Amino acid sequence: MKPAPFRYIAARSLDQALRLKAEWGDEARFLAGGQSLVPTMNFRLTQPAALIDINPLAELSGLRNGGRLLSIGALTRYRMLERDPKVGRHLPLIAEALPHIAHPQIRNRGTIGGNLAHADPASEMPAIVVALGGRLRAQSLRGERWIDAADFFVGALTTALHADEMLTEVELPAVPQRTGCCFMEVSRRRGDFAMIGVACTLQVDESGRCAAARIALCNAGDGPVFAAEASQSLVGRAIGAADIKEAADLVQRAIDPGGSIHASKEFQRHLAGVLTGRALAAANERARRDR
Amino acid sequence: MTADIHDISVTVNGTSYRRQVEGRLLLSDFIRHDLLLAGTHVGCEHGVCGACTIIFDGAAVRSCLMFAAQADGHDIMTVEGLAPDHERLHPLQQAMRECHGLQCGYCTPGILMTMKVFLEENPAPDEAQIREALSGNLCRCTGYQHIVEAVQLAAERLRK
Repeated sequence: MKPAPFRYIAARSLDQALRLKAEWGDEARFLAGGQSLVPTMNFRLTQPAALIDINPLAELSGLRNGGRLLSIGALTRYRMLERDPKVGRHLPLIAEALPHIAHPQIRNRGTIGGNLAHADPASEMPAIVVALGGRLRAQSLRGERWIDAADFFVGALTTALHADEMLTEVELPAVPQRTGCCFMEVSRRRGDFAMIGVACTLQVDESGRCAAARIALCNAGDGPVFAAEASQSLVGRAIGAADIKEAADLVQRAIDPGGSIHASKEFQRHLAGVLTGRALAAANERARRDR
Repeated sequence: MTADIHDISVTVNGTSYRRQVEGRLLLSDFIRHDLLLAGTHVGCEHGVCGACTIIFDGAAVRSCLMFAAQADGHDIMTVEGLAPDHERLHPLQQAMRECHGLQCGYCTPGILMTMKVFLEENPAPDEAQIREALSGNLCRCTGYQHIVEAVQLAAERLRK
């Protein structure tokens, strides 16, 4: 038995889970897929007094197509997203990133909400929801609120959620017309955490000029990094190699990667520039094809 | 804190078991120590190596990243449930044996359980798909080549 003692409670309803969280506060953690939380408990790096298991709450799982917006329940497992054709059609950025997220066994169990609430700066999905400009639904006994993805990630392993709140839903815009998306990362081995990852979306107008662009990176700082200046620099331009180079340079200046024994800060910054260039070129190409 | 004990009822390899478990008991340890099914191996215990992979409600998952209490009412298959009887091996086991898909054998149960579901979902995989499906299982002996060959052979036989 590896984790420190705690009280295990299988939630019977969302209301009960929220009530328990309100009672226990920061002492309790919600257990979703457990693919990030349980390893830290096995190492005793995390020692919650209680685990509120939300896996029985089927209403938190599933993907609904609401036209321009898609709603993904927090307990939706990655495997389910991989198999849902709606993801490829409306959320191609996620479809492209999914094979990079850990391994098949982890994706069988891991959930999108658990991943986002864990807020690992190296994780792919936080950068993706930021790049897509999604918003996240936080529920508590007090009611609910929607948090923009850009405001949700406060720091490493830290979110804007209050102690009594649960992330219950992720709302993402379906890819608009004439828009290309691209996700790329470099990791030491397939399925490992990214040394750097880049998620971008790029929309062109009828004339082929960039109408909107969003670039976000993972493992480039304390949380997902939205490269605002680089994204804005592309708007209004008929994008060519020089524009992409300029945006990549701006990304390199905007990030502050942590560096590690496997990838120094300088190497991560280098990768960020290279990947941004490649991802933007691919997204631009895809957007033009979509015209 | 009073003991955190839960009554659970779980089906493993077609047999149903009722046990009392502490909330913090990992599913991997429950399978090995409580059910005495020691074929499920425990390597890293933090979800990296894949040795403890079991089939949980039809999906290959890491049993070291779940708690036994979470298995209440669920269906599990471990490596002990693979072979049809004591005389015969499952086609995957037979192929691993013929192709020398193992040396020390520590990673083998996890690989077998992962590949069982994989081949059911992809009866005719190419080599790249097999390698991708194996990516969550570490083997430090074989260099994977013989495992890939074994999976190809098993797939061929299972298709017949």
